[in-house]
Amino acid sequence: MVLNFLKVFQLKKHILQVLLTLSALLMTTISHVAVAAYEYDFPEQKTQIGRELTDLHHFVFYVCLAIMVFVTIWMFASIFMHRKSRGVEPANFSHSTTLEIIWTAVPVLILIVMAIPATKMLIKMEDTTKSDITIKVTGYQWKWQYEYLADNVDFYSTISTPRDQIDQYNNDAPVPQGENYLQETDNHVVIPAGKKVRILLTANDVIHAWWVPKLGGKKDAIPGYINEMWIRADEDAIGTYRGRCAELCGKDHAFMPIVVDVVSQEDYETWLAANADTASDQIKSVAAAKLAQPKQSVATTE
Amino acid sequence: MAHTPTGLKRWLMSTNHKDIGTLYLIFSLSMLFLGGAFALVIRAELFEPGLQYVDPHFFNQMTTVHALVMVFGAVMPGFVGFANWMIPLQVGAPDMALPRLNNFSFWILPFAFTLLISSFFVPGGAPAAGWTLYAPLTIQGGMSVDMAIVAIHIMGVSSIMGAINVIVTVLNMRAPGMTLMKMPLFVWTWLITAFLLIAVMPVFAGAVTMLLTDRHFGTAFFDPAGGGDPVLYQHIFWFFGHPEVYIMILPAFGIISAIIPTFARKPLFGYSSMVFATAAIAFLSFIVWAHHMFTVGMPLQGELFFMYSTMLIAVPTGVKIFNWLSTMWRGSMTFETPMLYSIAVVFLFTIGGLSGIMLAITPVDFQYHDTYFVVAHFHYVLFSGAVMAMMGGAYYWLPKWTGHMYNETLGKWHFWLTTIFFNITFFPQHFLGLAGMPRRYADYPIQFTEFNQWSSVGAFGLGISQLLFVYIIVQTVRGGEKATDEVWENPEGLEWTVPSPAPFHTFEEQPTVK
Amino acid sequence: MSSPNKDSYFLPSESIFPFWGSVTLFLIAFGAANFLNENQIVSGSTVFGMGIVSIICLFFIWFRKVIHESPDYNLQVDKSFRMSMGWFIFSEVMFFAGFFGALYYVRQLAVPWLAETDLLWAGYEGGWPTAGPAGAEHIGVDKAVSADGQFAHIGPWGLPLLNTALLLTSSVTCTIAHHAIVLGQRGKFNFWLGLTWVLGVIFLYYQVQEYTHAFHELGLTLGTGVYGSTFFLLTGFHGFHVAMGTLILFIIWLRSVTKGHFTPQRHFAFEAGAWYWHFVDVVWVGLFIFVYIL
Ligand code: HEA
Ligand code: HEA
Ligand code: CUA
Ligand SMILES: [Cu+2]
Repeated sequence: MVLNFLKVFQLKKHILQVLLTLSALLMTTISHVAVAAYEYDFPEQKTQIGRELTDLHHFVFYVCLAIMVFVTIWMFASIFMHRKSRGVEPANFSHSTTLEIIWTAVPVLILIVMAIPATKMLIKMEDTTKSDITIKVTGYQWKWQYEYLADNVDFYSTISTPRDQIDQYNNDAPVPQGENYLQETDNHVVIPAGKKVRILLTANDVIHAWWVPKLGGKKDAIPGYINEMWIRADEDAIGTYRGRCAELCGKDHAFMPIVVDVVSQEDYETWLAANADTASDQIKSVAAAKLAQPKQSVATTE
Repeated sequence: MAHTPTGLKRWLMSTNHKDIGTLYLIFSLSMLFLGGAFALVIRAELFEPGLQYVDPHFFNQMTTVHALVMVFGAVMPGFVGFANWMIPLQVGAPDMALPRLNNFSFWILPFAFTLLISSFFVPGGAPAAGWTLYAPLTIQGGMSVDMAIVAIHIMGVSSIMGAINVIVTVLNMRAPGMTLMKMPLFVWTWLITAFLLIAVMPVFAGAVTMLLTDRHFGTAFFDPAGGGDPVLYQHIFWFFGHPEVYIMILPAFGIISAIIPTFARKPLFGYSSMVFATAAIAFLSFIVWAHHMFTVGMPLQGELFFMYSTMLIAVPTGVKIFNWLSTMWRGSMTFETPMLYSIAVVFLFTIGGLSGIMLAITPVDFQYHDTYFVVAHFHYVLFSGAVMAMMGGAYYWLPKWTGHMYNETLGKWHFWLTTIFFNITFFPQHFLGLAGMPRRYADYPIQFTEFNQWSSVGAFGLGISQLLFVYIIVQTVRGGEKATDEVWENPEGLEWTVPSPAPFHTFEEQPTVK
Repeated sequence: MSSPNKDSYFLPSESIFPFWGSVTLFLIAFGAANFLNENQIVSGSTVFGMGIVSIICLFFIWFRKVIHESPDYNLQVDKSFRMSMGWFIFSEVMFFAGFFGALYYVRQLAVPWLAETDLLWAGYEGGWPTAGPAGAEHIGVDKAVSADGQFAHIGPWGLPLLNTALLLTSSVTCTIAHHAIVLGQRGKFNFWLGLTWVLGVIFLYYQVQEYTHAFHELGLTLGTGVYGSTFFLLTGFHGFHVAMGTLILFIIWLRSVTKGHFTPQRHFAFEAGAWYWHFVDVVWVGLFIFVYIL
């Protein structure tokens, strides 16, 4: 088959070698540049799943890059070599069954190679069993509600970036924006490091999506239904992580951030205790009423 | 019978495929500018963090209407324009099969867009829920949502009639000897596109009809309290939406397949596999729709199915790419503007296609989804796929349409400016998306500033470059070097056997194809 | 009008109809959008009404023109018309497919999921028919409701079965009419075609009865959750198509009775109407199975 390829394309062996070497070179350079800094790529992940996800992302990216390099070199080789200005006479071939079989079969193989790890990864991510704690997250226009189901903790979390940092309509006197501009909230979500946290997502009005890039994937929060995802922050991931709503939910879609504090188990318990006491009955009863009461709208028989 | 009407009568009441084609093309170009102007508002606002020019609600209107205008106003009608002009010429027919219906299909569009655009002036402004019009956000909107819905209904009427016309023309009006497997690939891709249109436009109409009844007649299709599901809307929408994206790319493939052989001076490689690949893409397009909805929480088996089926599309698309490359291989290439565009389309579309493959990998799509990575993906396939293919096609056939050669130097300038600015605009958006910037954001955290600035600068450059396009077209219409009948060196196809400009009536006597 | 050109191609003359049609569609669409909202910009019903009047006139005049031209149509044009009608019907099939898909989805997926979601909808058990976790309660088949917040659904073996019989019969009568015109038996054609549209009218009459019954006695309306939504949208759009089909056949019938149009060789307008009628019939069978029986 390779011989046939060479024949049809009248490709000399050494040209093929040069092409292959070139592609390898180009690939390594581009890929090094591409993953050199985080602002070009996924942010550094703080969960095992997140790291595996990043690896998968890189793997798929390299495969695609290799294909791209192959296409590029092929294309530019002919642009360079087979131009009229160099006085070449056009060949007249117009098909080659062998070749066509090759470039149907090889992509299929490449796809299978990508599909296998992807399938494994997906199965792992969808397994929400054996979790340590469960948090129910409800999206509202435009804030988040967090209920720690077993622990009686329940609060809302709203953006706390000052409005005058956002409204810059007056260009003469811009208000300087803080470091965490648009990524700060009044109440933070607190989760313990190293524990499997199951997150139940729903919404009260329209669809939202809950996403903290450094803690792995996102899921939609859909009114009337519950979606599940889980995260397990690394043992040494203690710190603050910032995320945002990722599904268009109206005017303030860009203004309903998520801030997650990953803390030690001890600190987590202290926090729970402090908040279980303070979680005002008022909030709780509102939430309970929300749960008991069906959503507005539906017009029943009149 | 061969009379040429003039004035209002000619344009308003036309039954001539060339005039109607021209109308479509002019309409499409104006919509490109209108949609582009909206995009520039988006890019201006996103130049810096903070809200500088528009409020978030208006920003969302811009995003929504930008996409609706581009998709339904610029790209789809643009290709119908090409179809009108070229299909009868390429199959040796005197006109489209149903000329009056053809005129009807066109004239609906200006009215539909008047309706859509005038929704800016109703209380609450234009629709702001994204071009996908997801429930329940669209349930909240004001009267503008209804205007968008009915505008979509009548656009659907237009598309379906247009598609029927194409199919019937191709199947029933071919000159003797023009067997199916002798048809130029542009005709083939349009035949299949028309099939897709007839199959999915009605489904879209159904989806927005359900929105309408949910909004006004108390139905509960998308309301969980009544037993419905917001995700149902997404399923129906994407059952339409995914084939829709191939509706926007297949005719582009057809144009590219016409241009590359001409300038490589070599027949198209693998004609029949091109036809089968097109059909395979169309078939697959019906079973991949949920790759737009990986994050809605489908059952695992569903996610796997849609991941695999989506990845499969790479195979027939790859066949096309490799066939084009083989067509160039050992050709004797020259690089006039249409060829430059075609090469750029092959190259840049492959980038967009490969990022599509990355998006298809479900677990990582959980990270990519609804970020600028997706925005980058689809502008690579839509702008540098569909729109740039149309630009290439326009340069390729302008001499046939107008009888004059365009200015090659300016054409090359237009090409390079467009290509360079396009990449400055959209390449950085890949990085933005990976780093975590969601799409449809009127404002963003400061770490995303730099790439947004690149993108905004690029967008204005890209916009301004298009003024050159208009200038070149106007110049060519008004005069210039006389084009020969063949225009290019020994191109293939019946269209090159008629005079340039193609006379008002062609093929009244049937040509015979050997 | 262009001169007949039977050996090669038929090219119709310029026409204002398409432009007129576009204006008409605009009026209808714009009127409808206004009509549905409180803060109307123009009087929605007026504009909508203007659109409807305009479209009726347009149909009338356009078809008249086509009828006058039709002797000029050659075989190729005839074939084009046939193909277009076929593809048009295919588009209609897809339109209904969307609604059937929605029905399938809510029954097989959405409602069971909601029933599982105890955290939000405690006590909701799903099943079919249902008006959803917060909708009216389902009390059975053809049972008059006694209180608000209840609904019953319509069983298949009463009116719906009768309607099925009516439509199936009408398909048969339509086919008999077709054979008659092919054999040139005008009287027979008129009779069977007449019977066909009369059956259509009877069908519509019963459908209206059924809706009235549903609204007033069964508490079943468009607002009765997904059951009401799917039921009325599917049967409603079907009913609308039956109405259109009946109208088409009626006009064909009128043309044959009063003007003696159609010959054994040339009667495509009738055939198109007949195809449409069969299509409407098939959709009904689908409805009968998936909406009423299952
Ligand atoms: C012209 C339009 C067009 C085209 C052609 C495509 C083509 C493809 N698209 Fe894209 N897409 C869009 C327009 C288009 N898309 C739009 C508008 C959206 C966003 C909608 C919205 O949300 O608003 C979108 C979104 C979108 C998503 C959803 C992302 C998300 O929201 O999370 C996905 C996911 O799978 C996807 C995948 C693909 C794939 C796999 C292809 C494939 O067809 C690509 C195939 C091509 C190639 C792969 C390159 C050439 C092949 C080879 C060189 C062979 C060898 C290759 C391999 C073996 C890999 N697209
Ligand atoms: C064919 C389709 C198509 C095309 C051609 C384009 C072209 C462009 N698009 Fe668009 N775009 C979409 C389809 C398309 N887009 C879709 C489907 C979405 C998703 C929407 C959604 O999320 O719902 C989207 C979303 C989208 C976004 C994301 C918005 C968001 O998420 O909030 C952005 C942001 O940069 C963008 C930018 C651009 C730019 C800069 C161009 C440029 O290529 C345009 C170049 C400009 C011109 C060609 C016009 C030149 C104009 C002038 C010179 C001004 C003249 C002035 C007057 C006439 C008044 N587009
Ligand atoms: Cu909430 Cu976007
Ligand atoms: Cu898609």
